[in-house]
Amino acid sequence: MKLEDLAGQCGEWLRGSGPESDIVISSRIRLARNLADFPFVRKCTLQDRDSIEGAVREYLHENEAFREVTYLDVDSLSSVDRQFLVERQLISRELSDGDGPRAVAVDAHEKYSLMVNEEDHLRLQVMNSGLDLTSAWDQINALDDILEKKVTYAFHDRLGYLTACPTNVGTGMRVSVMLHLPALVITRQIEKVFRSLQKISLTVRGLYGEGSQAMGDFYQISNQITLGRAEEDLIAQVSDVVPAMIDYERRAREFLIKESQKDLHDRVSRAYGILCTAQTISSEETMMLLSSVRMGVNLGLIEDVEIPTINQLFIHTQPAHLQKLRGIELDTVDRNIERALYLQRHLRRQDANGDAEKN
Amino acid sequence: MPMKCQHCEKPATFHITELTGSKPDELHLCEYHARTYLSQADEIENETPTLAGVLAQQLKLGQTAQELERLDQQACPVCGITFYEFRQHGRLGCPHDYVAFEKELEPLIVNIHGESSHDGKHPKRVASSTDKRTDLIRLRREMKEAVESEDYENASMLRDQIRKYET
Repeated sequence: MKLEDLAGQCGEWLRGSGPESDIVISSRIRLARNLADFPFVRKCTLQDRDSIEGAVREYLHENEAFREVTYLDVDSLSSVDRQFLVERQLISRELSDGDGPRAVAVDAHEKYSLMVNEEDHLRLQVMNSGLDLTSAWDQINALDDILEKKVTYAFHDRLGYLTACPTNVGTGMRVSVMLHLPALVITRQIEKVFRSLQKISLTVRGLYGEGSQAMGDFYQISNQITLGRAEEDLIAQVSDVVPAMIDYERRAREFLIKESQKDLHDRVSRAYGILCTAQTISSEETMMLLSSVRMGVNLGLIEDVEIPTINQLFIHTQPAHLQKLRGIELDTVDRNIERALYLQRHLRRQDANGDAEKN
Repeated sequence: MPMKCQHCEKPATFHITELTGSKPDELHLCEYHARTYLSQADEIENETPTLAGVLAQQLKLGQTAQELERLDQQACPVCGITFYEFRQHGRLGCPHDYVAFEKELEPLIVNIHGESSHDGKHPKRVASSTDKRTDLIRLRREMKEAVESEDYENASMLRDQIRKYET
């Protein structure tokens, strides 16, 4: 499989299905693991990193369970290709921007990926569409067992899995749920909700891990603590707050409908109108408007677009995706024009189909 | 007549509805009081400890400059990282650091996680001997240093030892 093939697909986490998928975008679990007989990555020589990368590649290659993975040498990828993998959440920004021998193995269905020589030797992640942490844990636990047959992990009797940063020690596990919370943003509830989450040791970040100003009103909630609690407890800690978050967002949406339906309808219709007709548009504006449209579709205010289409547009209008889909490198000005064209093509085509059916 | 701010005589230009309580709570505020109200959020925002913050705080407490200097110079016998280097970058050098800096890391770990021991998955195949593994890290480093100082005799001896360990 080539990166070009990935570009055309939508990827597991934006498939737009799964439980509560109008608000819960995806569920993700990652495990940080290190090999016992090498220093942590920061202290590795180039030779050490080569040995680690080579050993992992060979093992994946000969193991039946990893038959369908695509193994990518990140160091030799172009910057557009690296950015493309970041946009798809298959690698971290840290792995993309780093240097020296480093790699990623990507599952054909984009359900999991394994980063090699990031902050830790191994970073394994599993992603599911919608709210589905339990099966994500079953899958990542099984993959971890398979890797462990070959690799001796750095493990301490009292401290558990040892990681380069003490913030990850113990389980080495980060559980995240990505939520779409536009109504909480409009009603200015979001900060307050986050403060209460922080009090129970949960962290909130934006779509690509940025701080407070989340792109497209997407927020990731994850566990802060990794030591002293079993994996199942950490998963429960995150999944237990999700129903409350869904409830807050639904109540905020109901409130907006009840108190200012005209304003809300106007807002999402304008957003839709701009996306269908703009001649040049930035990635930030696109994300913001798509967020309004997505909520509008979920509330039945816009009827001629489907949620999977909107989800796909969120990712296909990202800078590197646009360039991969077009097949050439584009500067910012040309990207903004290409993005407007892409949006018109995909939103208007749906319109046309809808009309055809009605006739 | 325009509605007045709940806290002063100015007209209320911000109408905020709190939905996080049991029932919606309406607030009508002027720009100044709305700003104050909304920015209360930011002040308590960073309650969750960050590594750098916890480290700085921990080292400020009960440590004289002299003690801190001595602590900073401590080095892991396996990978050679100093505590100072860890403090600067927030990343450890090898698994053995958790043993070498155990006393320094313990309060830091408790501060971050609120716990000091792992409760969760264990590898099914526990490392036959962790010491042997860390020996490998040390031997490779010593060999690299021997090569760099052109002490080839020592380097080849170390290489033989490494091979013996690896098989």
